[in-house]
Amino acid sequence: MERDDRDRTRTHPLTGMIPVLRKEAIHIRRDPMALFFTVLIPVLQMFMIGFAINTNVRNMPTAVYDGARTQESRRLLNRFINTDDFEITSYVDSETRLNEEIIAGRAKVGIKIPPDYSRRLLAGDTASILILVDGSESSVAGEALNVANAIALRESIERAMSVSAVRQTLPVEVRPKVLFNPDSRSANFLIPGMLAVLIQIMTVMLTALAIVRERERGTLEQLYMTPVRPLGLMIGKIIPYAVVAFGELGLMLVFMRWFFKVPIQGNILLLLLLTIPFIVTMLGLGLLISTRAQSQQEAMQAAFGTMMPSIFLSGYIFPINTMPKFFQIISGLIPTTYLIDIFRAIILRGAGFSSLWKQTLILSVMGIILITVSSIRFRKKTG
Amino acid sequence: MAAIKTKDLTIKYGAFTAVDHVDLSVEEGEIFGFLGPNGSGKTTIIKALCGLLKPAEGTGLVLGYDCATQAAEIRQRVGYMSQNFSLYQDLTVNENMEFYAGVYGLHGKYFKRRMDEAIALTHLEPYLERRAGRLSGGWKQRLALACAFIHEPRLMFLDEPTAGIDPVARRDLWDLLFQLSGQGVTFFVTTHYMDEAERCGRVGYIYLSKLIAFGTPDQLKGLPEVSPAGTKRIEIITTQTSNAFLLMKSRPYVRSSTIFGQAIHLLMDEQVSLDQVKKDLLDGGFGKTELRPIVPSLEDVFVTLTNALKEEV
Ligand SMILES: Nc1ncnc2c1ncn2[C@@H]1O[C@H](COP(=O)(O)OP(=O)(O)OP(=O)(O)O)[C@@H](O)[C@H]1O
Ligand SMILES: [Mg+2]
Repeated sequence: MERDDRDRTRTHPLTGMIPVLRKEAIHIRRDPMALFFTVLIPVLQMFMIGFAINTNVRNMPTAVYDGARTQESRRLLNRFINTDDFEITSYVDSETRLNEEIIAGRAKVGIKIPPDYSRRLLAGDTASILILVDGSESSVAGEALNVANAIALRESIERAMSVSAVRQTLPVEVRPKVLFNPDSRSANFLIPGMLAVLIQIMTVMLTALAIVRERERGTLEQLYMTPVRPLGLMIGKIIPYAVVAFGELGLMLVFMRWFFKVPIQGNILLLLLLTIPFIVTMLGLGLLISTRAQSQQEAMQAAFGTMMPSIFLSGYIFPINTMPKFFQIISGLIPTTYLIDIFRAIILRGAGFSSLWKQTLILSVMGIILITVSSIRFRKKTG
Repeated sequence: MAAIKTKDLTIKYGAFTAVDHVDLSVEEGEIFGFLGPNGSGKTTIIKALCGLLKPAEGTGLVLGYDCATQAAEIRQRVGYMSQNFSLYQDLTVNENMEFYAGVYGLHGKYFKRRMDEAIALTHLEPYLERRAGRLSGGWKQRLALACAFIHEPRLMFLDEPTAGIDPVARRDLWDLLFQLSGQGVTFFVTTHYMDEAERCGRVGYIYLSKLIAFGTPDQLKGLPEVSPAGTKRIEIITTQTSNAFLLMKSRPYVRSSTIFGQAIHLLMDEQVSLDQVKKDLLDGGFGKTELRPIVPSLEDVFVTLTNALKEEV
């Protein structure tokens, strides 16, 4: 009688989802080392990249040629020293020597204060200082120029104020660091992009491997012979990894906020919410890879293959608006581009949903397309 | 109603025909043994009958459902044990069983009852908390059977269930099959073991994608192609099998010969007497021999049929 009940139960598109989900959760729990490394490696990567960024822009070895040697020139140099970004490693006595210091690699930055600096200032003319930057390390270059500009600006404002008014200090403190500037590569600029890329590596790899592993071990064939439906199997497999990915994102946000001191200007809940379509897209990509790859090795390679464009063409490292037109079009097809947009907007600029709906819509459409395509490919294989 | 009935079933991988116009029928409640060399198409047929591969030609009815169009109905009602151990090694015995029970949609009281029944039947009780990967070969197969059987299928496909396990475990597994068969479950079992084939109700032999023999073991042994007119089969017992085998092969009256341990089976001209053979052996220096007429074994049947086909090609 009970058997007849079962015969009458119809399968629905999600048949098998819950048992698959439960089983996958057991796999994850059963292998604490794998889980540990899955969670740990992106965090480690974050620290490595994060520190690399920080040391690059902090304490840049700086050579100084102070032609003026006046009270005013020393005051300006002190401003540079006080920023922490510049560390004066040598004083030289000519512009040629200044050049040599940089060519020899002893200094990344050279500051030249012309002999007529004080004279021009006092005469009310524009006093220009020269900043030489080692362009071979572009992260240094951008940062040095930004900070130097900010210092000069501040100095100018203070001077202007002190000449015309009674106050010696500015009412508003101008911080000599530009928080959001696509042409520089401060930690603030890179870390949100890095979050997106690390989340991508994790989700694509985990899903692709989860299915290919079953194919390799022959358990997928056994599953095909059960009433499990492709969609149920896929979604059941996806959910546990989506949860892990979200946990990871939370962990990295915590490190970003409290360790790298990148403040989150916008709403963190909005940030998590808008990550959902991206994660769905990446899980779809992982599934698509798994329908093609025959071995775990192949799946890993394919997952890394998809990483390259996401790193170089998503605006994570190179600003999109400086790319050739062709690459700009490609970058518009990469989901990561939109998530990086969203992350930067929320984290750095405090943007709200009203300015991000477009990216969200594009990611959602991409997600739906990828999941559908991989579902169909999956079903074809299932027969 | 037949549990399985195929007509001209043909399955192709691209241009390669893996199953070629096969007509089979398996009655409900019987144990059907499916034999054939490696790569002959056994696994392919099973996959097609479960709806995993689409037939290029012909039809297959499984429990009355068309395997080309009603795969979902079939999968709900049959059990399948794949050729390679394919359970989750990092899950425990219990978790594996629960997973398959869940996948087949068992729940509530029925779920509990089936778990208990499957455990009782396979005696897996002491191993429930052990990881599947740490079971020995025989117990792995029992677990695989329990998982394939958890949803109480009326028909089970077992693809080489006894490959690579020891003789005792093999016998135990077959005892289990008979027990289930007694409850009315139909079995479609592939194997390379002749002793297992002998225990089946009916057997089929597939060679180069074609089904070349089909019937009860006794029917097959009585096939005219196996015992052509004017021939008989004898067995020679000797301690020097290989040398005696070479000698016999060179005799003009010997049609074919095979070694079975200390025995040689000959298919030979009927009019040549056993004494003549004995004399030939004595002349060849084989004094201590025993000769007796035999009926062909299943292995003889398959060897003869295969050789006949080889000659045709
Ligand atoms: N996916 C596939 N694509 C192409 N050819 C295949 C595929 N699967 C199997 N074959 C070929 O089909 C033939 C039949 O294979 P099948 O697995 O059915 O043999 P089998 O009788 O089960 O052999 P075994 O005793 O080794 O298990 C073989 O020649 C095999 O190489
Ligand atoms: Mg096989």
